[in-house]
Amino acid sequence: MDWSVIQSSLPQFAAAFWLTLWLSAVGIAGALVVGIAASLTQFFRLPGLHQLATGYIDVARNTPLLVQLFFIYYGLPGLGIKLSATASGLIGLVFLGGSYMAEAFTSGYNAIGRGQLESGAALGLTNGQLARYVVIPQGLAAAVPALAANVIFLIKETSIFTVIAIPELTNTALDLIGLYYRSSEYLFTLVVAYAIILIPLSWGLTTLERRVRYGTFGH
Amino acid sequence: MAHSGISILFEGQNFHRLLAGFGVTLRVAVIVLLIGGALGVVLGALRTLNRRWLQVLLRGYLEVFRIVPTVVLLFVVYYIVPQAFGLNLSGEAVAIVTFALWTAAEMSDIVRGALIAVPRHQLEAAEALGLDRTQQFRYVLLPQALPIALPGTINLATRIIKTTSLLLMISVMDIVNVGQTLVEANAHKHPAFAFWVYGTMFVMYYVLCAPLSWWAKHTEKKRLEVANG
Repeated sequence: MDWSVIQSSLPQFAAAFWLTLWLSAVGIAGALVVGIAASLTQFFRLPGLHQLATGYIDVARNTPLLVQLFFIYYGLPGLGIKLSATASGLIGLVFLGGSYMAEAFTSGYNAIGRGQLESGAALGLTNGQLARYVVIPQGLAAAVPALAANVIFLIKETSIFTVIAIPELTNTALDLIGLYYRSSEYLFTLVVAYAIILIPLSWGLTTLERRVRYGTFGH
Repeated sequence: MAHSGISILFEGQNFHRLLAGFGVTLRVAVIVLLIGGALGVVLGALRTLNRRWLQVLLRGYLEVFRIVPTVVLLFVVYYIVPQAFGLNLSGEAVAIVTFALWTAAEMSDIVRGALIAVPRHQLEAAEALGLDRTQQFRYVLLPQALPIALPGTINLATRIIKTTSLLLMISVMDIVNVGQTLVEANAHKHPAFAFWVYGTMFVMYYVLCAPLSWWAKHTEKKRLEVANG
């Protein structure tokens, strides 16, 4: 292991590090929006929409991100739809992540007592009001552990963006190995970079889960 | 035109080659599930024993495989094993080793969860009845832990199948790699061909994984119905 090799590659890794964080943040935010929307259409069984959401979740969860990205980035141009690598990557991540987030939200909503919903309905709340004041606040708390697991999962999935040549962490490391044949040094730096993102994040999320649990049970 | 692409899919050996690539994908997935699954059962059982050092060690093993993306693990084994041990492994062997180690880590957590979910008094009652350790395992622990572990294990199988799409990255001729080769040979004449090849790939993965996911959901629902009366 030659430390000077690592040191001279640090600027490239730093750029890739921030790109990975940015892609993850945008992708996860999009996945949360899609996930909430899809899970609510299922929860309230909105006509037409809930079957669509169920079909979407089924397809997105049962195909690999790599194949989704190939389809978006290399397959769609055949129909005249050309997207940049970054746009393709983000669309893929939101498509995949939205389905995982939707399942997490659904499991959270299912933890809400039936009485809560019936009381809300008895008070004359519309579906929108039920969602806003009853389902989301209580369901969200119950969904936190699954949502947290999805956040970690989606950050790791950005490593697959390397196949469409987005210069995130994995792609940068593989490029450097291709150029200089220093596999140990660059792979070591790569693992450390992911650890810097994921270890503190997973601690933070565990703390959040604990706080939410106290919130839910009122300790 | 889109239809000019789809006909090439069935020209000559094209579709046959795509299916052969899918065969490689399936073979790797099955071997990984068998090796990784078996190792995971052993590790999961070990994690329920009251040995502090063993628990710390195996928990650490799980965490490493949870933190590092599978793609990265794949390249670590791909580049480091030949250097460190002087072994010349084929791409497929590298993938099987990596994915099996990852599967074992995930499986150990499923097995451990299922074993500790069986109430303690069940084993105590079995002991009081005079059952020996093997009988306790065979007649009390296993029948109760198995339904708990089943949905997670089926879901893990779908994750393994989806993970095999990474084979392309270390140049194994799996379905994705074969598809890419076909596209490179034909796409300059028929741009829509890429759409059909990658679309077919998409469908093939779905056809393989979706029934497993449905089965997992079904078993989980049935288990909860039994558990809640």
